[in-house]
Amino acid sequence: MQFLGRRVFYMAATLLAISLVVFVIISLPPGDFVTALEARYAVQGTRLTPDEVAQLRARYGLDGNVFQQYWHWFSQIVLHGDLGMSFEHQKPVKEVIGARLGATLGISLITLVVTWVLAFAIGIYSAVKQRSIGDYAATTVGFLGLATPNFLIALIFIYFSVSWFGSVPSGLCSPEWCDASWNLGKLLDLLGHLWIPMIVIGTAGVAGLIRVIRNNLLDELRRPYVTAARARGVPEGRLLRRYPLRVALNPFVSTIGWVLPVLLVGDIVTGQILGLPTLGPILLGALKSQDMYLAGSIIMVLSLVTVIGTLISDFLLGWLDPRIRLGNQR
Amino acid sequence: MTLKETEGIPPEDDRKTERATASQRQLVWWGFKKHRLALFSAWLLIGMLVAVVFTEFLAPFDDRHRDSDYTAAPPQVLKLWDTDGGEGFQWGLHVDGYTSEQDPRSLRITYEADPEDRVEIGFFVKGEEYELFGLIPWDRHLIGPEDPEDPMYLLGTTTDGKDLLTDLVYATRVSASVGIIGVALAFLLGVVLGAVSGYFGGWIDNGIQRLIELIMAVPSIPLWLGLAAALPVDMGPVMRYFIITTILALVAWTGLAREVRGRFLAMRSEEFVTSAMLDGSSHRRIMFRHMLPSFSSHIIAALSLSIPTMILAETALSWLGLGLRPPAISWGVQLQEASKWSVLSGAPWLLIPGAVVVIVVLAFNFVGDGLRDAADPYKH
Repeated sequence: MQFLGRRVFYMAATLLAISLVVFVIISLPPGDFVTALEARYAVQGTRLTPDEVAQLRARYGLDGNVFQQYWHWFSQIVLHGDLGMSFEHQKPVKEVIGARLGATLGISLITLVVTWVLAFAIGIYSAVKQRSIGDYAATTVGFLGLATPNFLIALIFIYFSVSWFGSVPSGLCSPEWCDASWNLGKLLDLLGHLWIPMIVIGTAGVAGLIRVIRNNLLDELRRPYVTAARARGVPEGRLLRRYPLRVALNPFVSTIGWVLPVLLVGDIVTGQILGLPTLGPILLGALKSQDMYLAGSIIMVLSLVTVIGTLISDFLLGWLDPRIRLGNQR
Repeated sequence: MTLKETEGIPPEDDRKTERATASQRQLVWWGFKKHRLALFSAWLLIGMLVAVVFTEFLAPFDDRHRDSDYTAAPPQVLKLWDTDGGEGFQWGLHVDGYTSEQDPRSLRITYEADPEDRVEIGFFVKGEEYELFGLIPWDRHLIGPEDPEDPMYLLGTTTDGKDLLTDLVYATRVSASVGIIGVALAFLLGVVLGAVSGYFGGWIDNGIQRLIELIMAVPSIPLWLGLAAALPVDMGPVMRYFIITTILALVAWTGLAREVRGRFLAMRSEEFVTSAMLDGSSHRRIMFRHMLPSFSSHIIAALSLSIPTMILAETALSWLGLGLRPPAISWGVQLQEASKWSVLSGAPWLLIPGAVVVIVVLAFNFVGDGLRDAADPYKH
């Protein structure tokens, strides 16, 4: 219980620190939301009355000193769930994010599951069959996957897609299926569009996890208890499942936290190139046009999910492995 | 055993005594030499460093060189001899010039190699003037066309008629140095704070560790993106370069600090530290003269493993348009051009910088792994 309490306390502290960092990011670019809005209106030829300006400034708490501004921004989020306005989209940030969160989480989750299944199978295979051809192939792919930036993978796919099929599969569905109700055809169409993003987003993750699992399992398989079990005549398959595998599961659990930001960066890349209705391209656009409430909020939401994910993985690890639980109590 | 193989490695009889009396550096070097791949990678990286230092000399052209006659021209093949020049077989380093043809409908220009048009290539040729290290004015280039007006584009050209090879050499300087300088900064922060944290322990350790945990808990990639995007748009390229490097370093130092701290913590109770303390050495002397050198090879290994991460981060940032921007050239900036699929399908050679990124990152990883294994005393 003490372990649990300490973790929750750290999480709160971390969130506070993150909110500070995000606020700094939001306030770094010169000018603020209202001056940006004024500049935008000036380009369009309309003008805000001083009254409106004052009203807007009051609404976003932009007139106080830095601390008052921070407090205003922070309390708006906590008390009213108000993340501010996006001046690119002319909509509340909450709506912009909400509209795309579903697709993002969906793609991320599917990719995550595929990543895990693949990494798990390949990692175990290459540890058990160490120094086999399959192991060498897996290790090579692992090294390459970690060394290749995911946007480069996307570019290579696009190149081959264009030279073989003459076009790039963009979006999440083909025009003829987009408005159709759910059926097998639409599902197949969706899968046809999903595999490139999945490869692009997932490769680095699979490569990293394969390496970790392989190394962990190899360490574990050299332990005396494995030899002892083998000497007693425990069949190989059961021997593997009994203990070493549990230890090898550890990296899956401990990476729950940071897996989402990694996936989202992959999503920025693929979403940008393939035009997916996900958060990635929105974040990139917001960052580029310095639409800071939107960008800051997306970073905030991401960090929140990461921190909660870390918390969950801490609990799971403590439950999976008593040593971790006790080690933290000193 | 041939003579070559025994070079550097002591002969069988003396080997035991040599091993026992060899310095730590010697032991690590022997261990490292056994990793063929790591050794090969080390040579590659040395080549890369040469490119970083002698950029202007190695690049065939100046980085502002722009040839509007040849936009998105394909790579040329470097030929040692000639059989179709009309005079039979003929030695001489050369490439074939281009004939261009414009599609009347799409207006796209396609280039073909033209065996009739021979472009003489030479080493140490006179070309555009430059200042080596910003000091020594010179006009020789390692390789280039004998007549500076002739087209010689060994890796093809970009869509605005710049030589891809020249750009690549210049980009190598920027991208590699971002990695190296960034890691050096992170190293400074990480080693000092890690050492202090592990050596003194107690509340200092506790404070620094909580700080590190906080920084580590903030997802680094969105943080990079956010900070990079918050930079003023009109910032000069040099300033931008340094700030991007600093941002990358500020996020990356924590891992190194943890590693150093762990080592210091474990070593604090060793006898040699106690003896140094009894000798009246200052804390700083004990930390940085006695303790740190004892695991310097581990630190070097950790460094060479963290440089590629930083290079990849810079490449991704720049590719997204949030890191370095033209006129600065880095690998990421170069690859931006390849991201339009209409351009890429006609000019796949624009992906060459990507291959360079992969090779350099792999090389750093192999060197790091080799060093780590070599520095591990239990493997000898």
